[in-house]
Amino acid sequence: MYSSARGRENLYILKERNPRQPQSFRAADLIPETSSSATKTVHPHPQILSLSSTNPQYQSLYLQIFRSIVQSDKSMMGLENHEAQLYASREEMESLVLDDDDNNNNNNGNGTNPSSRSNGGANGDGSQHHHPLSPSSPFAEISTTDDDDPLLSSSSSSRHQNPSSFNSFLEPPSYADAVFRSFDGDRGKQINGHGVASTSSPSSGSDYLKVSVTDPQKEQDMNNSLVPGGNSFVTYLITTWTNLPEFNGTEFTVRRRFKDVVTLSDRLSDSYRGYFIPLRPDKSVVESQVMQKQEFVEQRRMALEKYLRKLAAHPVMRRSEELRAFLQAQGKLPLMKTTDLASRMLDGAVKLPKQLFGESVLSAAVDPDDVAQPAKGGRDLLRIFKELRQSVTEFYGTKPPVVEEDTEFLEKKKLEDFERELSNVSQQAESLVKAQQDVGETLGQLGLAFVKLTKFETEEAMFNSQKVRAADMKNVATSAVKASRLYRELNAQAVRHLDKLHEYLGVMLTVNNAYADRSNALLTVQTLLSELSNLSFRVEKLEAAASKIFGGDRSRVRKIEELKETMRVTDEAKNRAVREYERIKENNKKELERLDKERHDDFFGMLKGFVVNQAGYAEKMAGVWEAVANETSGYAKSS
Amino acid sequence: MITTQTSPTGGGGLLSPRSPNSQPPFLSVSVTDPAKMGNGVQAYISYKVVTKTNFPEYQGPEKIVIRRYTDFVWLNDRLFEKYKGIFIPPLPEKNTVEKFRFSAEFIEMRRQSLDTFVNRIASHHELQQSEDLRTFLQADEQTMERARSQDTGIFKKKPSDLMQIFRDVQSKVTDVVLGKEKPVEESNPEYEKLKRYIFELEDHVAEAQKHAYRLVKRHRELGQSLADFGNAIKLLGACEGDALGTAFSELGAKSEMLSYKLQREAHHLLMNFEEPLKDYVRAVQSIKGTIAERANAFRQQCELAESIKLKEIDLNKLRLLRSEKMLDAEHEYEELKADGQEATRRFETIVRLMNEEIVRFQDQKTQDMGRAFHEFAKGQARLANAIADAWRSLLPKLDSLSVS
Repeated sequence: MYSSARGRENLYILKERNPRQPQSFRAADLIPETSSSATKTVHPHPQILSLSSTNPQYQSLYLQIFRSIVQSDKSMMGLENHEAQLYASREEMESLVLDDDDNNNNNNGNGTNPSSRSNGGANGDGSQHHHPLSPSSPFAEISTTDDDDPLLSSSSSSRHQNPSSFNSFLEPPSYADAVFRSFDGDRGKQINGHGVASTSSPSSGSDYLKVSVTDPQKEQDMNNSLVPGGNSFVTYLITTWTNLPEFNGTEFTVRRRFKDVVTLSDRLSDSYRGYFIPLRPDKSVVESQVMQKQEFVEQRRMALEKYLRKLAAHPVMRRSEELRAFLQAQGKLPLMKTTDLASRMLDGAVKLPKQLFGESVLSAAVDPDDVAQPAKGGRDLLRIFKELRQSVTEFYGTKPPVVEEDTEFLEKKKLEDFERELSNVSQQAESLVKAQQDVGETLGQLGLAFVKLTKFETEEAMFNSQKVRAADMKNVATSAVKASRLYRELNAQAVRHLDKLHEYLGVMLTVNNAYADRSNALLTVQTLLSELSNLSFRVEKLEAAASKIFGGDRSRVRKIEELKETMRVTDEAKNRAVREYERIKENNKKELERLDKERHDDFFGMLKGFVVNQAGYAEKMAGVWEAVANETSGYAKSS
Repeated sequence: MITTQTSPTGGGGLLSPRSPNSQPPFLSVSVTDPAKMGNGVQAYISYKVVTKTNFPEYQGPEKIVIRRYTDFVWLNDRLFEKYKGIFIPPLPEKNTVEKFRFSAEFIEMRRQSLDTFVNRIASHHELQQSEDLRTFLQADEQTMERARSQDTGIFKKKPSDLMQIFRDVQSKVTDVVLGKEKPVEESNPEYEKLKRYIFELEDHVAEAQKHAYRLVKRHRELGQSLADFGNAIKLLGACEGDALGTAFSELGAKSEMLSYKLQREAHHLLMNFEEPLKDYVRAVQSIKGTIAERANAFRQQCELAESIKLKEIDLNKLRLLRSEKMLDAEHEYEELKADGQEATRRFETIVRLMNEEIVRFQDQKTQDMGRAFHEFAKGQARLANAIADAWRSLLPKLDSLSVS
């Protein structure tokens, strides 16, 4: 049965099996390949498959992407930065307004001033609503609906009485309502229940599993804290609403800490190899040290919520026992920690010497149940050792590489291309948003410059022409500030829509992980195969030697028996490994189909949202400018 | 509602009819056809200056001459020297960045500014009478060059400037030595206000211009980003295939189209909004030149008055002594007095002209800015509409693609 596998120099290709009959793995499936160069060209770096998960490049990319995803709710494209940059102009604006207040003093005595001061104070606390370009900003006070004597009349009007009336300086009230609603209303709703609705698969149309993470609380680790406060951790309140039958109940809350999430994610990636499992938030060791405690906890809370919602949206993960236990089981998390590295290492280390010296051939055989598990995580040092050798020797080309079929490789290549273009688009989208933001900001600054000029001209006016000019300027200034605000809102929408691109970069990482599962499983199969061929070679040698002595050598015969038993066990392990590989492959395929479907919906949603908002805001801007163009049409080139 | 109807400007038009002829007199100039001449460091741009007029002082109804930037500078300097108190229309500044000197955009912008410059002179009721303008518009190239090299030589402007500086320093020193209060500045509060206005105005307008320029740049950058984004999304579309691929490439195509529109609008913005603002800054700077001239004239007047007073004391002394120097001194005194009157007249002319000019300036700037604002708003509206149309037109396609 194993005879064809005898020659170590031969190359083998593991032929893809029909998943329905993985047991019937026969020698016929191992096809000798005579030309090594042929396979080399098809797949020059087979080790990439198995090493990709530890590739530092991926890790840093992951970090980067993860951060941007975490921050995306705060509009990660640097809008905070944008806010900061505008502080300066806000101060300028406030000083302008304070000047106005002084005038006001003269006109009204001590009238409404105290309240206006307190208003001004509130502006300084950085709340978004008091941004100079936002409707309730003091800027609005400079504008007025009165045309005769713009600035003076504004100072005598009772403008501090009702803050909401500031809006009316800039726009009729309907404008303010419309502007803060995105143009794609239905998507807007979706965003509220983000993770639940946006990636839900069609099969779960009426099912829901909604998770929220709230109320971080600091707790003391009572067991082993020598220094008070030295061993504290944060727990989060996790609330779940669902109608899934697997959960007995519709609403429950548990407290979990980050460690539990790590356990959950480890268990999931062990149990669901080949699935595109959403990535767990990074441990962010550095951030936890650098960032403000509160800020860090809030960031982590958001990241956890996002993660759990993604899990809840995944058609397989949402029905997993692991997630259910995590969300529902009261008290301590009942999931076994699979990453208890220390004890495993010990376990493996105890076994290792015996295995290496081959004292007991039987124990060297791989536990058939174990091969269905990935080798990483220190489960079995010998296996890791062997698989590592397998992958290394493949690299140096001294051992037969077992290569996946071309179609698989092409599929992978396609995904890689997609990932590359996606990352390019997301970069370009970022600079597009940045450029859009810059235009908006500059428009705002231009508007402010004209506001100042308007004020100056009005104060200094000696001739009527100056007043006329100042009025024109005020018109342009107000419109520029309006347009700037529209740009800002447009940008917030654009960021939200284009964030899908970033999200999919994250998804691509999970795809890579799933493919890494697959190549790891393949590696296990390969290792077991080469071990089988080793064993059969030894058996044949022993049999040949035994056959020379008539009647047989008892010890040799026993040795052969032992070896055959090992082969049987190994063969079984190999069969399990092949099944596992097939299963993972099937999972990959299913997940890829799901991804294609979801991506279709998500990307069309993104495109539509992007386009609708671009068009909608552009129309608003056109309206703003057309009004100015009409009012100034008297100046149009007549000469 | 602010419209130009509320503007009280009557004589602010470009071609103000002055003389009551049967046919209204006109003088219109256009600067066209910029052409690069020469090579290397010597290279320059020459312009065709076409004059159409019915002024009797001119040789004929139409004249075409070739002029270069330095000729315009010559005209500007001559007018500034001869028409003190009048706000000479500003010239576009000399471009120092070699890289852009021959860029099409720069050349076109300068041509436009030069055209505006010379037309403002031609429509100014006093400047249009200028002999130098006639020379500039009619003289053949050699005559022009001779005139220019005579005047723009090292000795043309520098000596007077140097003398002035020297005198300033000297009088300052003597003032300090004699412990004398020096009445070099006018103390008229209204004029003080005007001066402060002009100086602050320059800052304000310059700031607005700076942001306008930045806005042009930002439009270009947005255009570039849109093109890059379009290209990237097309590539992603190529990866996707099917409906999504088509949708992506449609979006990419629209982005690239809009990128082109943005670039064009950026150019429009530069020419019709940023440039008028820059012109505004230059005009204010030109007024500052006039203010300096007025200060000079005032100082001269004061100094002469001082000298006259001293001379008078001197003369009285000599009269008492019945010195024979008295005749000479009397003569000198008369001369000095004439100078003093002349200086006062000069100063008063400047004051009178400035008072007229400031009205004209404000009127003109209201017109100029109004036009710039109109163009700005029109351009922005056009751009926004183009963007809205482009994306709107994509929607039905996206809808049909997403269901297929």
